[in-house]
Amino acid sequence: MATDRLSLVFGALADPTRRAILVRLADGEATVAELAAPFSVSQPAISRHLKVLENAGLVSRTRRATARLSRLEAEPLRDVTTWLARYQQFWDQSYERLDDLLGALRASQENNDPEGKPQ
Amino acid sequence: MSKTVITAEPGIPMVIITREFDAPRDLVFRAHTDPDLLVRWLGPRDLTLTVDRYEVRDGGTWRYVNTDADGNTFGFHGVFHGDPSPDAIVQTFEFEGAPGHVCLQTATLADRDGRTLLRTVSSFQSVEDRDAMVSSGMERGVRDSDERLAGLLAQLQAR
Repeated sequence: MATDRLSLVFGALADPTRRAILVRLADGEATVAELAAPFSVSQPAISRHLKVLENAGLVSRTRRATARLSRLEAEPLRDVTTWLARYQQFWDQSYERLDDLLGALRASQENNDPEGKPQ
Repeated sequence: MSKTVITAEPGIPMVIITREFDAPRDLVFRAHTDPDLLVRWLGPRDLTLTVDRYEVRDGGTWRYVNTDADGNTFGFHGVFHGDPSPDAIVQTFEFEGAPGHVCLQTATLADRDGRTLLRTVSSFQSVEDRDAMVSSGMERGVRDSDERLAGLLAQLQAR
């Protein structure tokens, strides 16, 4: 995926109020008033946070009758977790190999073979 | 078995990796500083690691190349800062596909009753560099997992 989109997502996630908004939206759509209720910030401030989340593709906004609803868009979050998953897999696999190597080195040390050569 | 924990905070150009090993720390240190041992574990099994040079001393340089199954090569090089010891292996790290984007890595090995806790802190020049490094060169397929998504949301909630 493009790094610039990733930067937008990470930038959006960098703020604790915006993270709390996402967690609330994971439970379902909400109006600005509903999103503002748990916070000591104004509805316009919440609207500004929603704009940042919308730019990052994390939130979409729809109109139902007179209410403007915000909805969580999970796909960019999935990209973020996939991004980390690749890196995680690289190090998981490396360190599993290191586990095996350390085990072999310890076994060879016990057999007085300081070189620890394989087989 | 112990698990590799990777922390990459949004907006901060750092990655922290921790992992515990069932071996004394001098042995874990050796596996990180002896090139003959390094090639036997660094990277997934389907990449071949070739070490060009590995001068483990203050100011010493290192270079290694990863080769994939199709023969594509990815070179990396850097410099050791201070004499590497189990207390700290400090080095710069640069992917030759993105020259000038240098990362500073500090690895520390802590004794945990005969086991060893490895902690590697990587500091990048920018969040963009961090993101590019983490996502580059590791394009092998990883299944999208709703469990991971759920885990991320749980982490978000815990903040």
